[in-house]
Amino acid sequence: MNINVTLLGQMITFALFVLFVMKFVWPPIIKALQDRQKKIADGLEASDQGKHELELARKKSLDLLHEARAQAKQVVDQANTQASQNIEDAKAKGLKENQRIIADAQNEIYREVGLAKQEVKKELKDMVLLATEKLLQKEVDQATNQQLIENFIKEI
Amino acid sequence: MIEVHQPANSTEYIQHHMTHLMLNLHNGTLTNGGFWTLNIDTLVVSFLLGLLFLIPFWIVAKRATSDTPGPLQNLIEILVNFADKQVQETYRGYSSFLGALALTIFVWVFIANFMDLIPVDLLPWGAEHVGIPYLRVVTSADLNFTFGLSVSVFFLTLGFAIYEKGSLGYLKELLMTPFGVWFAPVNFVMHVIEELARPVSLSLRLFGNMYAGELIFILIALIPWWTQWPLGLAWSIFHILIITLQAFIFMVLTIVYISLTKDSH
Repeated sequence: MNINVTLLGQMITFALFVLFVMKFVWPPIIKALQDRQKKIADGLEASDQGKHELELARKKSLDLLHEARAQAKQVVDQANTQASQNIEDAKAKGLKENQRIIADAQNEIYREVGLAKQEVKKELKDMVLLATEKLLQKEVDQATNQQLIENFIKEI
Repeated sequence: MIEVHQPANSTEYIQHHMTHLMLNLHNGTLTNGGFWTLNIDTLVVSFLLGLLFLIPFWIVAKRATSDTPGPLQNLIEILVNFADKQVQETYRGYSSFLGALALTIFVWVFIANFMDLIPVDLLPWGAEHVGIPYLRVVTSADLNFTFGLSVSVFFLTLGFAIYEKGSLGYLKELLMTPFGVWFAPVNFVMHVIEELARPVSLSLRLFGNMYAGELIFILIALIPWWTQWPLGLAWSIFHILIITLQAFIFMVLTIVYISLTKDSH
């Protein structure tokens, strides 16, 4: 346990060790520590930000939902109105069509009746002529008696 | 065949354990040559222990990541953070030199102290078998180791003081405080005593603790084998506290001494 020249050797070793640590060990580790600290701080801040954004998004989605509901309600109402309108329209149209068809049929009937009448008249004329011929035992000249027959038919 | 020395009695056993592997620089023999003697065991062991500390730290520093650290990086980060915190709490302003100094002192002294917990006979016994007659592995129980640290710290303190106050300012403080200019010699002597007491107490505190600890382990090794283990266990557990505490005290006092140069009294 004497002080001897070992002391100098120890001091040199110590100085070298400290310099080595200062140059190669201390800065990278401190930097890593600081970087991590920053990362953690950033992460916490980002998580706060995320929470805030989530809250905003929730609010926004709720708003959108309300809006969509209102819109849907409006659309349904509109559709209902439109549908009843359509039904009314269709009813009116159907009625009109119905009336038209009835009118057409009536017209047709009138026309048919007219035609039938004419046919009957013609038949009748022929029958009258035939009957007259039978009665008179003589052929009746249609041309000469035309006026007569027609007058007769008109009277019927 | 190497002859293994067997101690004749307990005095010789203790003396053998307390003798350094010395190299006499006068004639190159393994004898004590006064001041010009190298304690080979202290130099080599402390250097190897330093490598044991520096190499893992260096490897980790090279691939230090700010993402999730591995277990080794985790451990080293704890130590670095610890040293950094001690410096920041005491020293005003940032100094990566002071951090490196504190870290080196703490870890190196701790590892050196830790050699005390290795069974006292194990390494010297092994060394004798490869032809090394003396080996003391607890380098912090060598005054040269502890004074090597504290004298370096002393010079650093001087350097910091002169850097902070200027050489004139420092001289003025040495002569003028605390009693004023008329008591300059008294002031100077007081300052010299104050400054010298620091490295002496710093190194003797560590040396005393480690030397005593080592001596007690040697004494425990001398008692009958069946009483060795409870005493050895008790002293080891107690000593774990001491080696950590002494390393911590050495580091903190170093920081404090250097920080004091910055505060104006």
